[in-house]
Amino acid sequence: YKASRFSPLMSVVRHTVITLPTPVNISTWWNFGSLLGVCLAIQIFSGLVLSLHFTAHTDLSFYVVIQSFGDVYYNWWFRALHANGASFFFIGLYLHVARGMYYGSYVFKEVWSVGVVILLLVMASAFLGYVLPWGQMSFWGATVITSLFSALPIIGGDVVIWLWGGFSVDNATLTRFFGLHFLLPFTVAGLAGLHLFFLHDQGSSNPLGVSSDYNKVVFHHYYVLKDLVGVCFFVGPLLGLVYFNPWLLGDPENFIEGNPLVTPHHIQPEWYFLFAYAILRAVPNKLGGVVALAVAVLILLYMPFSPQTAIKGLSFYPWGKALFFSLVGVFILLTWAGAKPVEEPYVVVSQVLSFLYFSYFLLIGPLTRIQDKLL
Amino acid sequence: MAGWTVGKKVLATALGMGATGGAGLYVALDESVKADLTLHPPKLPWSHKGPIDSFDHASIRRGYQVYKQVCAACHSLKYIPYRHFVDVFMTEDEAKEEAAEIIVRDGPNDIGEMFDRPGKLTDYLPMPFPNSAAAAYANNGAVPPDLSLMVLARHGGEDYLYHLLNGYCDPPEGVELGEGQHFNPYFPGGAIGMAPPLYTDIIEYEDGTPATQSQLAKDVITFLSWTAMPEHDERKKFGMKAMLVLIPFTALCYYKKRQYWSLLKSGKYVYNPKKY
Repeated sequence: YKASRFSPLMSVVRHTVITLPTPVNISTWWNFGSLLGVCLAIQIFSGLVLSLHFTAHTDLSFYVVIQSFGDVYYNWWFRALHANGASFFFIGLYLHVARGMYYGSYVFKEVWSVGVVILLLVMASAFLGYVLPWGQMSFWGATVITSLFSALPIIGGDVVIWLWGGFSVDNATLTRFFGLHFLLPFTVAGLAGLHLFFLHDQGSSNPLGVSSDYNKVVFHHYYVLKDLVGVCFFVGPLLGLVYFNPWLLGDPENFIEGNPLVTPHHIQPEWYFLFAYAILRAVPNKLGGVVALAVAVLILLYMPFSPQTAIKGLSFYPWGKALFFSLVGVFILLTWAGAKPVEEPYVVVSQVLSFLYFSYFLLIGPLTRIQDKLL
Repeated sequence: MAGWTVGKKVLATALGMGATGGAGLYVALDESVKADLTLHPPKLPWSHKGPIDSFDHASIRRGYQVYKQVCAACHSLKYIPYRHFVDVFMTEDEAKEEAAEIIVRDGPNDIGEMFDRPGKLTDYLPMPFPNSAAAAYANNGAVPPDLSLMVLARHGGEDYLYHLLNGYCDPPEGVELGEGQHFNPYFPGGAIGMAPPLYTDIIEYEDGTPATQSQLAKDVITFLSWTAMPEHDERKKFGMKAMLVLIPFTALCYYKKRQYWSLLKSGKYVYNPKKY
């Protein structure tokens, strides 16, 4: 406390993580904010170390990444941590967003909007990073996703060539993807600071949906310890994967060097993008699919403007709860469908699930308002 | 439905379950017809698969012998240098001797000429063909893939490779193979350009192990697992140490958290209405 009297920086630290008034009843679902901060730190740290031994060139990238396993001390650890850290980052992100949707955290408009931007930037960063090892899935994933921009009317073709830096995904694409992948996480870190700034302006909400002002405690030691326990339970499985099964969540195709002349049987992204991939492929029109893909994430920006309920969150709305958990099931099934080939019955299944996914956002407002009127 | 008798409810439940089961059976039967014609490899009890199991280094050594005498004729291991053998399945002298058996093009020398020299520890295992065009020409148009990462580059890993090597059989009725192709039910599409590479006693092991077909396959795949995951043993050892620290630390954190929170958790709010 003495230091903060003299140092503005220590004063910020004190008000953010020591004396911050925090609701006494926030549950484990509120741990994911700090967990995501830990994930970001892990990714930046491991990524920095990996970048010391990485060369972004189509002739060298694959070779350099593989060679580093045998030749650079513990580089296998940093690569496994970075690859699996990305998966855990998305686990944390989706659970954090789900918490926000269930408990009505989106009423904090600024916090929510910055959060959606962070989600988009992390998705972009993950996509860019996956291209860097230059395996088959890296190359073809980059080709498929960048080609989507050709669906833009009039300027689409030129935009794609501009993105590629040439007439196909090649060395120019790889080098700029490396630069952007290095830059974006620092942008995310800055936005995370802004996210926290807006949050602390109003203070955290709580599971009951009522005002938190009636019962608050200081952040330290209560929530420092609670967050530390959360970190242990989160990092434990992450390290378990890193040490005992590092490639469980990966695709074997990415251990084959990228070859523009050989197309893999099933081009698919990592698991955290499969739900969006399923929605993209469900629409039989290219531009329609791209729009559906974008709206699948951007629709979150609509939530602060959806009709507000009498009680914040869905805790006291049984129909709303049922719809929310249906959305969770739909999300999981969309992830499953995204890994399937584009043939029947998976096409119809993806279309039905995509319809149900978007229906949640249209139905949740009216459903909860009906219950409000019945009360 | 609220006014239904118990019998009606039971009947409705049974009908519902029957309909769901019937639909599921229909879907399963329909799917089985649509299934791809590739046989999925059964899981095998590899000695290095467990969370605290290391590689069988004697098996890696035998597997290298199989690779060198059988597979190296067509398949490269371009990411593996001889120095990686040291203290894994060879001594330094053995690895140097092994490297010295190959001839490597090096140079330029002081007068600007390229020259041939015996291999050193720092050299990589030699490629059987100078380029992929030569490899395809020598193998009926199919390029034998590099094996360095093969265990990680195929769905099923070791199980797939083992069953591929041992699964050759006559093609079923109606299946036509191209010239030079062989039938293998584990290979996607069934028609593989590689002839069955392993037979019992195709080589003689240095350590006297009987060289049965399954032993040869097991050893070469253990070797290939090592080439794909050279950090395997160190990774699991590191993991055991990490868990030895992480688990007690987690328990300690959880205890301290509960201790600090016990004051709040055992608190009680009592409403004492005002007596007027």
